[in-house]
Parts: sequence; C-alpha cells; structure tokens
Amino acid sequence: MSNVFIAFQTNEESRYIVEAILQDNPGAVVSEQPAMVKIDVPDCLTIKRTTVEEKMGRDFDLQELQVHLITISGHLDETDEEFTLSWKQ
Amino acid sequence: MQIDLRTVSIKPIRQTFDNVARHLGGDKPASRYLEGTIGIQSEDNFHYRPLWDPEHEIFDPSRTAITMQDWYQLKDPRQFYYGTYTIARARMQENAEGDFSFVDERGLAADYPAAAKKLALEVILPLRHVEWGGNMNNSFIAGYGYGAAICSPCMYHAMDHLGIAQYITRLGLLLDDAPALDVAKQAWLAAPMWQGLRRYVEDSFVVEDWFELFVAHNLVLDGLLYPLIYQHFDKALTALGSPVVSMLTRFQSEWFTETSKWVDASIKVASNENADNKARLSAWTKAYRDKAIAALKPIAAHALGTNADTIMTTVIDQFNARAAKAGLAL
Repeated sequence: MSNVFIAFQTNEESRYIVEAILQDNPGAVVSEQPAMVKIDVPDCLTIKRTTVEEKMGRDFDLQELQVHLITISGHLDETDEEFTLSWKQ
Repeated sequence: MQIDLRTVSIKPIRQTFDNVARHLGGDKPASRYLEGTIGIQSEDNFHYRPLWDPEHEIFDPSRTAITMQDWYQLKDPRQFYYGTYTIARARMQENAEGDFSFVDERGLAADYPAAAKKLALEVILPLRHVEWGGNMNNSFIAGYGYGAAICSPCMYHAMDHLGIAQYITRLGLLLDDAPALDVAKQAWLAAPMWQGLRRYVEDSFVVEDWFELFVAHNLVLDGLLYPLIYQHFDKALTALGSPVVSMLTRFQSEWFTETSKWVDASIKVASNENADNKARLSAWTKAYRDKAIAALKPIAAHALGTNADTIMTTVIDQFNARAAKAGLAL
C-alpha cells in the first residue's frame, strides 16, 4: 500500500485544514517542516468541507485550499463536499 | 572558492504561550483566536470590592446562576478576535453598502409600490428601538459577565446591534424621509401593537443575571424576531412588489445566520456542563419564549395578515428545534 500525501504552507488558515485532515483520516502522519506541513496517509486521504468549516468557524470553499497548497501525490477527486487523494483508478 | 548550501531546520522551542498550552493540554500550535482569548479574564488581586456592589468582586463568576468549571469553554466557533471580527464585518458592510447605493442609484425605492412601502416602514422601522435594546443588553453582558471568551463576542454583538439599528434607520431614510423616524418612534411608544415587544425589551433592561439576559435577548428574542421579520415578512414584501427591502436588510439576514452559530454553541456548552445549568437554561428559554411569542403576535398579525398564524407556528417550531439541538429540554 503506498502513501498519498499533501503539503501546505504553514499559516493560520492551513492549520485548520490540517486539523480537519487529522480528524477525518485516522492513519495520517504529520511532518512539520520549516514553513511547510506535509501529511502522509496510507492509500487514501479525504478533506471534508464540513469538517474544515467546523474547525474554521466560517463557510469554506474547498478550492480555497489551493491558495495554501504546495504539492500533492495521488489521483485527485474533487467535489463540492470532498477533496480526495487516492491510488485507486 | 566553494560555497556549500545546506538547509538548517530550526525547531521553535515552544509552540505557544504557556497559559494557552495549559488550556490546550500540551504545547501545540494555537490559533490567534486562542492566543488572544485564553487568559484574558482578570481572576486575581482585585483588592477592594466595588462600592456599588459589595456582594461581588469586580469580576465575579457568581453574578450568574450558571456555573462553569472553566469559563473558557464558552468559545466562539467563529473564532472572532478584534482582527477577524472587523474583517468579517467589513466584508458584510461592503455588500450592504453596495446594495444601498444600487437601490439609490436606480431609484428603486421610488418605484416601490406604496402599499408595500407603508407596510415595510410600519413593521421594520420601529425595530430600531429593539436593536438599541440589543446593544444595551449585550453591553451589559460584556460588562458584568465572566470569562473573556463569552464577554468579548457579546461586545461585538452589541456593536452589531447598533450597526443594524443604523441600517434600519437608513432603510427608513431611503424609502421615506426623516419624519418617518419620528412616526416610527411614536408607534414604538404608543401604538398598541408594539407595546408587548416594548415591554419585553424594557423588562430585559432590569434583568441582573447576565446569562439569563443572554438567553432572553440573543437566543429567544433574536431567534424568533429575525426569522419572522427578515425571512417571512421579507418574503411577503417581495411578493407585494420588488425585493428592494430584501436588499436593504441583507446585512440582518446574513448576520443572523452567522451569529446563531455562536449563540447555539454557547448555550450548548453551558447546558452540557451540568444538570443544573441545563434545567435553568431550559426554564429561562421556555419562559422567555412564551413571553416573546405573545409580544410578537400582534406584529406578525399586522405584518402578515391572514398568514400570520401559520407563519408564527413555523417560526416557533424552527426555534424549538434549534433549542433542542442546543441541548435544551423545552
């Protein structure tokens, strides 16, 4: 099983996204690097809009995360509700 | 000459302030909101008790019957501190200003049907005085409350009420002229339809328990008044003519959706804290709900005519569902 990963710039906004990822993806491993935070998850990573909104306390459009995004690996499936990375075809 | 480039990773010695770390239960990165909120409440070294209230310390948790182990549990889900609050409101204000100038430039107010205009002025304009009451009450909570986490959003709430009062005034000035404000004040002071609501608001000025006041105004009165006026009455006005009033009250409806989240979260945390809180909050909510319904009925009847009863039932059902979701037993 390979990992998928996502990396964000470390800032006030991305912190909530990271918290949401950690809550929704039990296998997630965070590595904090200078000015960057990278999250590895085996097989599949999901970011849910509702969880991010709960953490941030405001409405959130999943496309807003692109502003903080550095890189991803995995096949991407994007809907209004979820942003999913996986190796499933 | 040879230059070696290498990356040095510097680990910060600490992630946040010690008092915030104690609250979080470990040294984790904390949001600006937490860093600006945790530990703000004055707790010690008050020296003398105030002469005007020797029963209490100047900041005293016993000014309300509600008890909390940790008052910082009453956090604001919107995570407002001064910066985020002003940015959020500036954004909303920009939209509202845009709507006002749109209505003004296109002369939409002049084209608005006379019957709808009259009704809108009669129902919405006197609410300025309710908003002023909301400003008074929330300032009181901010002043006498305990736990900075709930007091500072109450201060924002107080300023919001003042802002809404100003928007209502401007709506009046745009649809009519300055004398309309005097007419509305006379209606608030003398017209039988408004006396129930006026009594409710004026009675709330002498409530001494600040959490009770929070329930009476922020949860119950706003929770019934806003959906009634800014959703249902607004819809009825749009049906009469054009959505001019919807545009001019956009701030209020957005504001209500946003602030309800905070009010609900505060009630939920307080009622989950212990059984006494839950019983007390439920009893307050029930008592104030019944008073508020009685106060709003004549206004609903005037505003909505024959549909008033069905709409009031919808509003009350929505409110009950909201209260139940916040953990209250009504």
